[in-house]
Amino acid sequence: MSHAQDKYYVPHGSHWPIVGSIGLLFLMLGVSTWLNGADFGFWVMMAGVAIMIFMLTGWFGTVINESEGGLYNPQVDKSFRMGMFWFIFSEVMFFAAFFGALFYARNMSVPWLGGESNNFFTNLLLWEGYEATWPTGGPGEVGGEFQTMGPLGLPLINTAILLTSSVTITIAHHALIAGKRGILSTFLALTFILGFIFVYMQAVEYVHAYQDLNLRLDSGIYGSTFFMLTGFHGMHVTIGAIMLTIIWLRVIRGHFTPDNHFAFEATAWYWHFVDAVWVGLYVFVYWM
Amino acid sequence: MTTAVADAHDAHDEHHGPEKGIRRWLFTTNHKDIGTMYLVFSLIMFFVGGAMALVIRSELMQPGLQFVHPEFFNQMTTMHALIMVFGAVMPAFVGLANWMIPMMIGAPDMALPRMNNWSFWILPVAFGLLLATLFMPGGAPASGWTMYPPLVLQTGDAFPFLIFSVHLMGLSSIMGAINIIVTILNMRAPDMWLLKMPMFVWTWLITAYLLIAVMPVLAGAVTMLLTDQFFGTSFFLAAGGGDPVMFQHIFWFFGHPEVYIMILPAFGIVSEIIPTFSRKPLFGHDSMVYAASSIAFLSFIVWAHHMFTVGMPLSGQMFFMFATMLIAVPTGVKVFNWIATMWKGAMTFETPMLFSLGFVFLFTIGGLSGLMLAIAPADIQYHDSYFVVAHFHYVLVPGSIFSLMAAAYYWLPKWTGYMYNETAGKWHFWTSTFFVNLTFFPMHFLGLAGMPRRIPDYSTQFADFNFMASVGAIGFGLSQLIFVYVLLTAKKGEEASDRVWEAPKGLEWTVPSPAPYHTFDTPPVKRVHEEAFE
Repeated sequence: MSHAQDKYYVPHGSHWPIVGSIGLLFLMLGVSTWLNGADFGFWVMMAGVAIMIFMLTGWFGTVINESEGGLYNPQVDKSFRMGMFWFIFSEVMFFAAFFGALFYARNMSVPWLGGESNNFFTNLLLWEGYEATWPTGGPGEVGGEFQTMGPLGLPLINTAILLTSSVTITIAHHALIAGKRGILSTFLALTFILGFIFVYMQAVEYVHAYQDLNLRLDSGIYGSTFFMLTGFHGMHVTIGAIMLTIIWLRVIRGHFTPDNHFAFEATAWYWHFVDAVWVGLYVFVYWM
Repeated sequence: MTTAVADAHDAHDEHHGPEKGIRRWLFTTNHKDIGTMYLVFSLIMFFVGGAMALVIRSELMQPGLQFVHPEFFNQMTTMHALIMVFGAVMPAFVGLANWMIPMMIGAPDMALPRMNNWSFWILPVAFGLLLATLFMPGGAPASGWTMYPPLVLQTGDAFPFLIFSVHLMGLSSIMGAINIIVTILNMRAPDMWLLKMPMFVWTWLITAYLLIAVMPVLAGAVTMLLTDQFFGTSFFLAAGGGDPVMFQHIFWFFGHPEVYIMILPAFGIVSEIIPTFSRKPLFGHDSMVYAASSIAFLSFIVWAHHMFTVGMPLSGQMFFMFATMLIAVPTGVKVFNWIATMWKGAMTFETPMLFSLGFVFLFTIGGLSGLMLAIAPADIQYHDSYFVVAHFHYVLVPGSIFSLMAAAYYWLPKWTGYMYNETAGKWHFWTSTFFVNLTFFPMHFLGLAGMPRRIPDYSTQFADFNFMASVGAIGFGLSQLIFVYVLLTAKKGEEASDRVWEAPKGLEWTVPSPAPYHTFDTPPVKRVHEEAFE
């Protein structure tokens, strides 16, 4: 076995987890009371958000300092990598639930409402005259008539942006390994700029959908799946772009070496993950 | 490791003992402290959920309404299930994993100790939010723990609290599971290759994988409930093109692996205990691993057997029926292996062994009633009857809970350094076993005779069996007080030796009793071979 494992590394106690729990308490308490109609809930929620941001910066700051201080051995590095891998796997399964809902609606519930399989009487007695099509606001035309975003135009540009950003971060990674810091910081900056452009374009698309197409979150099952899938994806891109920005700032400060750059790789994995989800979205939500 | 790093490492105070007072528990990164907190938390939740069960059984002691409003009755069934599943059984297994896995694989601690602390401390927040709903306008959730729409959408102010507490439970479970997987895969003693791992570690590895795969799906399902309720989406609204049945599919895609999350670690525990008290190695160690893996795989493709009555194409019913029955094969392998382990062994019957034997017998009853429920045409009769209640309580109470009790008695001397009160332990086992059967066995007959579940009143023909079940429930509840007595007097017995039992296998028995605050500073290379696996 490697010499690095002669001794195990065990960190000392930390107050960040309990701060995080308190933050979550405020956050969830606030959102819940706010949704129930109490205005003060909003402020409780914002207090929770503030505590969470405080916790995340503090916790990550501690870990970054320990890492830069050379406290971590290769075994710790491997633990972090495995942890990140399984975290991304859990994210994949979260998106799988929403993709599952999309496929179920398109292949099962909507055709059944239209009378397919043994649902002739469902259609005749409950939703007479409803013909199953996709996109649909459902037989009750919840949310009124709407148009959809076609696969061309904005979504196609966004696809190109995200795919390009996956290339730029790979170039940055190779530059990091080769020790070319200039190329590294340039292409890393390019990556998060592309990420933020994507988020901006997505916002433009949402405004267009709401104002011109009457496509809203409450536009039946189409609007539900469209906005929940793209919305959660956009949220992940935003988080990923923030992560990239922080990594870039760390690069500027001279962090990371060719063989010690877990945070960089974890962010890159995360970025490829949101990219892959987008490809799924583009194919199944916008295109097919 | 370079010298500079080694110096920094030494300066990092690695032999730190526990901190003083409350700081020790709030800030700890020690797997034993966190394991203890998990176990104590789950025991408290066990009694809270048990009190709710006693409200249910008191109401059902006689036909007619006597103690509680029907609405409150439904709140009790819902909260009892949520608390027992997410608050008692799951955290108890995570607590055992925390305590035992690092010791069993020769690791100093969990791989990600700070996250470990957070996964625990999210739980009090989650259950604080959930229990607070009892005092809200509209009361606690009353839709059943499955949270089916549209019923669950009628929940009062408790609704968002229910959703977010489920989110937090999921967050805690996912982080705990990531930690366990990483610990097992990355922190093993260098020469402990995978198939050498103890069964408890193996079953937890598989369980952790299941957790990471399905808890996010549950999070997605309840998120859809939340947006349907507050933001106008139509996931479960037929008028908008959605389908309430879709929730059931997504929920049970989580829910079926979830039941194996609650039983696979139990399999691991009895696979540790039976060999010790049979004084024989576990029969078919590798086949146990393959059986557990098969069960885990199958658990992903059987979910719709929970919903045979909601309407499903015939081909779907057939598929889910046969896939479900297939699970009996690997489960049968396991039961066979436990019995073969005991065959011609020099058996003794200390409390952990008694609970393990109770597990094997009574869990098998639950498994067999599960097979009956798997048969689609029969299930249409049994669905939502007390037969189902009998079935899942047989696998969860004398299944999961008995294994947890067995584990507690088995490892308690290693944790405290003293032998527990054996007489009290035996009393605990025999009273629990008597009353658990008195509670749940009559429910089979009630269900077959047609008594529906989740109803506070029933036809007078069901009165006798219900009375028996209620007496059993009260007796079972009181029996658990013996366990509390055992825990309170845990340090009053004689000192335990390092090996504690006559012939246990595994690295945890090579360290002193009680186990030191930090078990392994360096990998126990030789001990794996020389002591634990001779």
